[in-house]
Amino acid sequence: MSDDPVTRFKAPVRLDYTVTAGSVTADFLREILKGRLVGRRCPDCRCVYLPPRSACPTCGVITTEQIEVGPNGTVTTFSVIRFPFEGQVLEPPYACAHVLVDGTDTPLLHIVGNCDVDDMRMGMRVRAVWAEELKPTLASVRYFEPNGEPDVTYDSFSGHV
Amino acid sequence: MELTSPFTLEYAYKRSLGPVLSRFFTALRDGRLEGVRTATGRVLFPPLEYDPDTGEDVGEPVEVGPGGVVTAWTAAPPPGEAWVLVRLDGADTAMLHRFTGDPASLETGLRVTARLAEQRVGFITDIAGFEVEA
Ligand SMILES: [Zn+2]
Repeated sequence: MSDDPVTRFKAPVRLDYTVTAGSVTADFLREILKGRLVGRRCPDCRCVYLPPRSACPTCGVITTEQIEVGPNGTVTTFSVIRFPFEGQVLEPPYACAHVLVDGTDTPLLHIVGNCDVDDMRMGMRVRAVWAEELKPTLASVRYFEPNGEPDVTYDSFSGHV
Repeated sequence: MELTSPFTLEYAYKRSLGPVLSRFFTALRDGRLEGVRTATGRVLFPPLEYDPDTGEDVGEPVEVGPGGVVTAWTAAPPPGEAWVLVRLDGADTAMLHRFTGDPASLETGLRVTARLAEQRVGFITDIAGFEVEA
């Protein structure tokens, strides 16, 4: 045993779950296997949710209509990760962004690739880049990359930030 | 068909202890159970960094135990674990820990004693558990 004072200790937290997708998320993931992004629309307020939700949190009604969206979208906001941390999958620096996929009303949290992090901008236009092998996970979209279209104004997406 | 997936939520925290808890865990690793005395004379074990009644800093360490009294307990059906709140001799507050004796012997007011782990590292499991006082 050491004689040094005890000044810190490890206090890890670990919870092992089995997640069951549920019917709405399962439908979403099956569409991903076909290379399609499919959200759901609220019949009341017409909001399109991606990932889809089984009920509209604003109106409290069941969403019924599935609607294919994307593959283009707009970066509404972003964060550049420059520091390594435990369990990190990507090599920093890289950009996490809220991508408002065209046809949806809720931004999706994802990665922006094929773009220098110093070129990241709110309002930049991007498109989904799919993995070669599609699996039932949102990671089948490898990242979003700039699609070459001009930036859009903040006012055009300020209601979805 | 249902889609299921394993999912692990994990945080590899390291905790910095600060002066009061550093002293507590250093003493525990060295085999001593140390609470702290507050300005009003109460002995808190395990120590808190501030007096919960007044918010003032706590004072000098006070050695407590290793005997104490069970103030509350719960036990899962065999072979489950049993847990006790123990107020150690010399302390005014109780601590939650494992009870390693026969759960059938548990009752409020039972005299117990802390059994320390042989290999101690400065963690709460340096107390291996509480057992019925001989
Ligand atoms: Zn709605």
